[in-house]
Amino acid sequence: MAIGSTLPPLDVSRAPEGGEVGQVQSGWRLALREFASNRLALVGVGVLVFFVLFSFVGPLFYHGQILSSDLSSTNLSPGTGHPLGTDSEGFDVLGELMKGGQASLEVGFFAALIAITIGALWGAIAGLVGGLLDSAMMRVVDILLSIPFLFVVLIIAVRYGATVLSLSMIIGFFSWLVPSRLVRGEVLTLRVRDFVSAAKTAGSSQWRLIYKHLLPNAFGVIVVNVTFQVADAILAVAALGFLGFGLHYPTVDWGDMLSNGITYMQDGYWWLIYPAGICIVLVVMSCNLIGDAMRDSLDVRLRRR
Amino acid sequence: MTQYLLRRLGASVIVLIGISFFIFGLLHFIFPSPAIVVLGSRANRVLIAAWNKQHGFDNPWIVQYWNYMSGLIFHGNLGFAYKYDQSVASLFAERWARSAFLSGAALLLALLVAFPLGIFQAVKRNTIGDYTLTSAAFVTYAMPVFFLGLLLIQVFAFSIPIFGFEASQSNGILSIMTDWHDMTLPILTLALISIAAYSRYMRSQAIDTLAQDYIKAARAKGLPERLVLWRHLVRNASLPMVTLIGLSIPLLLSGNLITEELFNYNGLGLLFFNSLTQEDYDTLLAYTLVGAVLTVVGNYIADVALTVADPRIRLA
Repeated sequence: MAIGSTLPPLDVSRAPEGGEVGQVQSGWRLALREFASNRLALVGVGVLVFFVLFSFVGPLFYHGQILSSDLSSTNLSPGTGHPLGTDSEGFDVLGELMKGGQASLEVGFFAALIAITIGALWGAIAGLVGGLLDSAMMRVVDILLSIPFLFVVLIIAVRYGATVLSLSMIIGFFSWLVPSRLVRGEVLTLRVRDFVSAAKTAGSSQWRLIYKHLLPNAFGVIVVNVTFQVADAILAVAALGFLGFGLHYPTVDWGDMLSNGITYMQDGYWWLIYPAGICIVLVVMSCNLIGDAMRDSLDVRLRRR
Repeated sequence: MTQYLLRRLGASVIVLIGISFFIFGLLHFIFPSPAIVVLGSRANRVLIAAWNKQHGFDNPWIVQYWNYMSGLIFHGNLGFAYKYDQSVASLFAERWARSAFLSGAALLLALLVAFPLGIFQAVKRNTIGDYTLTSAAFVTYAMPVFFLGLLLIQVFAFSIPIFGFEASQSNGILSIMTDWHDMTLPILTLALISIAAYSRYMRSQAIDTLAQDYIKAARAKGLPERLVLWRHLVRNASLPMVTLIGLSIPLLLSGNLITEELFNYNGLGLLFFNSLTQEDYDTLLAYTLVGAVLTVVGNYIADVALTVADPRIRLA
């Protein structure tokens, strides 16, 4: 195989126990190369970069009626001045899409960040300490995992109102469970490795063990999970918006845009439904593609080592 | 085996108790009392306090938790929906069959399609057919339930008017079950999402199984390929599906919520949606609680089924 022949020779004498910095770096570079050879993953990255630029840089160049509505020009079909038409309140659909993208990506990112922070710490502590604390912490995870996530998120969002910040927090606080299990599993195999024992012998505190040794080594699992978390959070925001409990003016979300368009479905106003729906599908799909490819590339890294 | 199942049952009961504490505590914190909903927003403080006292909402929450749980366990009392002026149990009794039919039919359809699809993809992997199906599954998997439903409505109710754009509005479960014109699209919407997930999982399971030594051995001794697939591949690859089905109950429940709202189908999901807008605390509490209990029960049943079906677990 072409990739295999370009690999640097493994310096066995330098990394006797597989825990040294030099080898980890080459492992990451290997994973990156594997990732880059996956064409679908690159498409995913491309689509995601496009949507980040579209949502955050786009409004700087596109001066449609992003924040102002024009009630004399509602439900216009796509044409000059409005590349994707206008909605029933006279907002420009392309401009709304950009703003909806901002909200979706922000909530997706922040929710994933919250989820992964709580989850990684929870899993690492449970896995490292073990014993009674471990089983108590994992029962908490079992309990929360059995509660249908969307219902609780809906109830809280309805009661306290939905903003980008509140939605990120609500979704984040209810989606750290799977990452905590994954990280715990990883920590369970890491904590008996020699480099952890060495660190312990050298007098590292539990915290130092967690953030200097365990979490960096569980990083692969964490990163892969983040991408899926982002996708799930974006889907959850869209579902909330569709049900009418999503973000309010002046923030827009794609699910809400789509549900407003349903009224005009029989009139054939396709631009009110499909652009928003396609945006959701593309962003979620690219996150999933990236996550899958990362998981594969990290797997290969493990197999080749 | 019995010992394992009993231990698993004990763990499930602990999880159930934890769930009831968490959900009750959370909803109690969010909606301390339905007094405002019942008496109206202009009720004065004295009236609210009197109402709370009369209905036991002035007790500490642990007492309220105990009252609610003992009522639920000993009398099947799920609370009272003030907006509907009806007990929650009777509201559920009117609707559960409709929701169960929707999820049941969707689950059955999903299994019937995803199962052979996954096996087919594994056997013919890396061919055009496999790539096409994988891409289709990938797109469907990324699709929100409501967008998929809308696409189906656009194509099969408006462009080619074969099916209705609204679910059956009938009350009788029998007439709903025979109403293929209006029920096809909701069932299909819910099923397609599951098919995407199941077929991908089935494919990877079958590929793993195909690499096992006993498949090679079966082929090497000259067993016809058809028998290799039926006896060795299908039976072994289908075991993990049991767990997946148990785990997918929450997905079905939340899928129901959105699908029932989209197709205006008067089931439990739509009841939850209406209760959300009306802040009907008891209904929300009961629905979340029932959903969580179903999830735990589903997982347990999947474990039992897997234990019974798999001799490696049964005899261990």
